Amino acid sequence: MAQHKVNYTQNGGLPVALTSIDKIVNWGRSNSIWALTYGLACCGIEMMASGASRYDFDRFGTIFRASPRQADVMIVAGTLTKKHAEFIKRLYDQMTEPKWVISMGSCANTGGMFNTYATVQGVDRIIPVDLYLPGCAPRPETLQYGVMLLQKKIRANKASRAQVAKRLM
Amino acid sequence: MRAYKPKDNVQAKAYYTDRFYVSPQVPKSPVESDEIFAKDLEAIKANFTVLDAYIQVEQMVVYINPQDNFKVLKLLRDECEYTQLSEMSAIDWLATRGGFEIFYQMLSMNKRKRIRIKMFINKGESVNSVEKLFRSADWSEREMFDMFGIEANGHPFMKRILMPYDWQGFPLLKTYPLQGDEFAAWYEVDKIYGKEARDIIGPELRDSAKVDRYDSERFARLGYEVPKGTVITGNEPKNEENYQEEGGVFMIKKFDKKDSVVVDDPQR
Repeated sequence: MAQHKVNYTQNGGLPVALTSIDKIVNWGRSNSIWALTYGLACCGIEMMASGASRYDFDRFGTIFRASPRQADVMIVAGTLTKKHAEFIKRLYDQMTEPKWVISMGSCANTGGMFNTYATVQGVDRIIPVDLYLPGCAPRPETLQYGVMLLQKKIRANKASRAQVAKRLM
Repeated sequence: MRAYKPKDNVQAKAYYTDRFYVSPQVPKSPVESDEIFAKDLEAIKANFTVLDAYIQVEQMVVYINPQDNFKVLKLLRDECEYTQLSEMSAIDWLATRGGFEIFYQMLSMNKRKRIRIKMFINKGESVNSVEKLFRSADWSEREMFDMFGIEANGHPFMKRILMPYDWQGFPLLKTYPLQGDEFAAWYEVDKIYGKEARDIIGPELRDSAKVDRYDSERFARLGYEVPKGTVITGNEPKNEENYQEEGGVFMIKKFDKKDSVVVDDPQR
């Protein structure tokens, strides 16, 4: 018998792995976190670096999508101005459930150094945030670690449970 | 050795408080000291009233009456070779003089000279648009309207350019607070969720340097994370940093630090 053939003698003679619904669904969800391209400022450059070959987000199954309808996670990378606030809310509403938000960098977390009239003081005033990444700007490693923590968070949830939509209010 | 200064609470202290400090003026020289500028000034003086003129930092500054601005700029463009309007805006002198100073910075590539045309308008007055002469004035005049509320008569699209169309207030006025008035503070909340959401979302936190390790609502101490809202006593157990759950993940190989190889050759 050639080496590459399936070894039918294991698993009771069948090419089968047993698992639970939760695990298989969460395995799929956590390993295909498609991100919405949301580079608003300099953090966007670090986000692009995370997606490029040196850091390679594709290994995590994280592929940037240009449409909110195809995206699972919104990585808010950069300063959110008050003029743009209504659009981030609209794009968040267009994403399909289940959806997550990563707030990347000081500006998205708290407004950062832009303590002025034109900047939203934290993106969590507009949309619910799952993960805050510190830094100005965070290194690509930070974003990678953030995505791994998000994977862990997704795996910790029961997939069979009816999804409760996250709402700020 | 430098004298020791106590550094506690330096972030809370303003390092500069003299808000209305008047900077010393760069010396001015008479226009006659430069031949080219003297000729240009003669050309302007032949047709228009010149209130004041001098040379400062190798640039001529000419004060004119506000109603002449279009014609003076046309003269400078067509006859004096100042073919570029590199910058224009306004300066807020409301507190001391009750109006605005408008400046037009002109550049002549042929003469290698710069001229600044200045004029003073009172509060509430508008200016003539120079957009028909210089296309660069299109956005500059919109920005002047956006930031100071000075309208340009004859502009084809006199709307805000940087702030949203429904914004209230003019942010570059010296009376406008840096962190915004009440309208600015609640702008995004009012617009997206409505005024009734103000109580739920709450006011903006403006101290972005604030760190409180006993506040588990907004902060998490790395390695000692607790659920949100827990009262922190200081005896929290250490959470070991790991990338995967203890039992491993379905169909994914467990990452083991001991088995991993650290590549320390930078030229690999």
